[in-house]
Amino acid sequence: MKKKTKKELLLQGNEAIVEGALRAGCRFFAGYPITPATEISELLSVKLPQVDGTFIQMEDEIASMGAIIGASLAGVKSMTATSGPGFSLMQENLGYAVIAEVPCVIVDAMRGGPSTGLPTFPSQSDVMQARWGTHGDHPIIVLCPSTVRECYDITIRAFNMAEKFRTPVIILVDEVVAHMREKISIDEDEDIEIFNRVKPTVPPEWYIPYEDTPRGVPAMANFGDGYRYHVTGLTHDIRGFPTSRPDEIDPFIRRLFRKISQHFAELHMGEFFETDDAEITIIAYGCVARSAKRAARDARERGLKVGALKLNTIWPFMRTPVEKVLQTSKIIIVPEMNMGQISREVKRVNKTDAKVFTINKVDGTIITPEEILRKIKEVR
Amino acid sequence: MAEVTKLIHKYLRHDKKFPHVWCPGCGIGIMLGSLIRAIDECGYNKDEIVLVSGIGCTGRMPVYVDFNTLHTTHGRALTFATGIKLANPALKVIVVMGDGDAVAIGGNHFIHAARRNVDISTVILNNSVYGMTGGQYSPTTPYGMKTTTSPYSNVEQSFNISELAVAAGAVFVARGTVYHAKMLDGLMEMTFKKKGFSVIEVIGHCHTQYGKLNRMGSAVEMMKWQKEHAVTVEKATQMKDDELKDKFRIGVLVDKELPVFHEEYEKIRRWAKEAK
Repeated sequence: MKKKTKKELLLQGNEAIVEGALRAGCRFFAGYPITPATEISELLSVKLPQVDGTFIQMEDEIASMGAIIGASLAGVKSMTATSGPGFSLMQENLGYAVIAEVPCVIVDAMRGGPSTGLPTFPSQSDVMQARWGTHGDHPIIVLCPSTVRECYDITIRAFNMAEKFRTPVIILVDEVVAHMREKISIDEDEDIEIFNRVKPTVPPEWYIPYEDTPRGVPAMANFGDGYRYHVTGLTHDIRGFPTSRPDEIDPFIRRLFRKISQHFAELHMGEFFETDDAEITIIAYGCVARSAKRAARDARERGLKVGALKLNTIWPFMRTPVEKVLQTSKIIIVPEMNMGQISREVKRVNKTDAKVFTINKVDGTIITPEEILRKIKEVR
Repeated sequence: MAEVTKLIHKYLRHDKKFPHVWCPGCGIGIMLGSLIRAIDECGYNKDEIVLVSGIGCTGRMPVYVDFNTLHTTHGRALTFATGIKLANPALKVIVVMGDGDAVAIGGNHFIHAARRNVDISTVILNNSVYGMTGGQYSPTTPYGMKTTTSPYSNVEQSFNISELAVAAGAVFVARGTVYHAKMLDGLMEMTFKKKGFSVIEVIGHCHTQYGKLNRMGSAVEMMKWQKEHAVTVEKATQMKDDELKDKFRIGVLVDKELPVFHEEYEKIRRWAKEAK
């Protein structure tokens, strides 16, 4: 009899992230305890050694970030998980992963801030930190699940993107989604695409570790593979050696951006929910996207043409899908659990007559469908 | 070409970024020579070595040598090295740091890597100052000395790096100087061969910054100071406390056995599979 590979599970968002990471091939985790991300550490400390992976609890989040970059350079898919205060500490080495082009995944289970802030109440206030937290001009990929199933799928996608584009990928999950339990079914036999970094096929003496390619992503040799190259946080030439030549600096920085910007369509993930004829569209992400869909459904029952656009990719900003609803709707509502970090982006790309309204909730509680419905009534 | 120079050239990246950044007379070159001779003596092949550094004068070392080389962020070299070693224990991971790198900004990582006993060899060039940024006081600048940020006098007490390593649990701790180059070769080799977290503190000099401000003379005179103030561990046992007052010990300070992290972790993997 064939072994049953499909499992019906009642999982927390954080647990689904763990399952997704393992499925994606993550075999190294370094972290530091912090609520509401700790379940990820605890569960991986159980599961990683079962699959010959490594779990290590580091002395802080700076060290955690350094360790996952090191592990990735040695050829092992790696991840860390934290919340806002720890995410702040990770920014230094996050920038290192960007400039040295080291694939890795960082989970930030958002709680209220700034500083120690609100342990542990939900928030969505790290959207801009995820974008610009580390210094210097840089691109970044940031993904945001709103269901437990999405926690699983998006974590797999995060690893794939990290490997494909040689970049750190951030998963922004809010405390609600991180701790919420839902039924999901996971099929071990399911045909899910798993992408592994492209390794050089040329002999070591021909290998140019930071060479430009049509995709903008150079092949990556692991330490120990016989390619003996130099990795540095200094701005470097195509051979990986520090440079101060303007004609080498400029193409390098532009390639870093281009390798992300020329693949927007591939990176953008989201859902149009009844937006085709919508006069009012709610743009939301994370746990708020759930309230947004519910509000749209309730509004339709009352005869109002309301739709919702859910953003699963936060950065690079989903400009094209947002422009689409800006063109078809008269009113846009952007509910967020912050003072307006994504609504600013929506307003920035708005070249239409559509009016953009915000709901900003910063009291440590979630935005309910009723609150969105009230706003709809108020502004229509 | 002398045999010793030939050997060093075997490990340099000739076509790369020479000339190097170090000042004429700097001791880092002597330390690099020692490091290369020790690696050669141990018989490692170039592909299995990962040389990791942080930021500062010593941090620039990996770029010149033909290994897998990683120039990380300031103070964080040991964290990257930990990830590398645990992801692929077959690699020989060597970390080079300066005093500011190792025990100021990286002090927390240093004590924890020692406590964990990750199998990493750590080489620390202690020249008592931040050289690259222009001679500011570091955690190893002695009390009473002048630097560009202690222009009147340094009123802070200094760290003793080797003693810190001992206290943090490092299984092997040695101290040498760039003056005692021959002895340094031997100590470096022992450091690399030791399984677990091994540390070698190399007393160096920064004549262009620290030496100049404190009227300690040229590189040669500062190396003479090393000669006059270093006492071997063996000799120190026969000396009285007041004779040792302004001296420092060189040689092997600690050599003990403790379980190594990645080998211990194999047990965890076994238990985890049994519990599954």
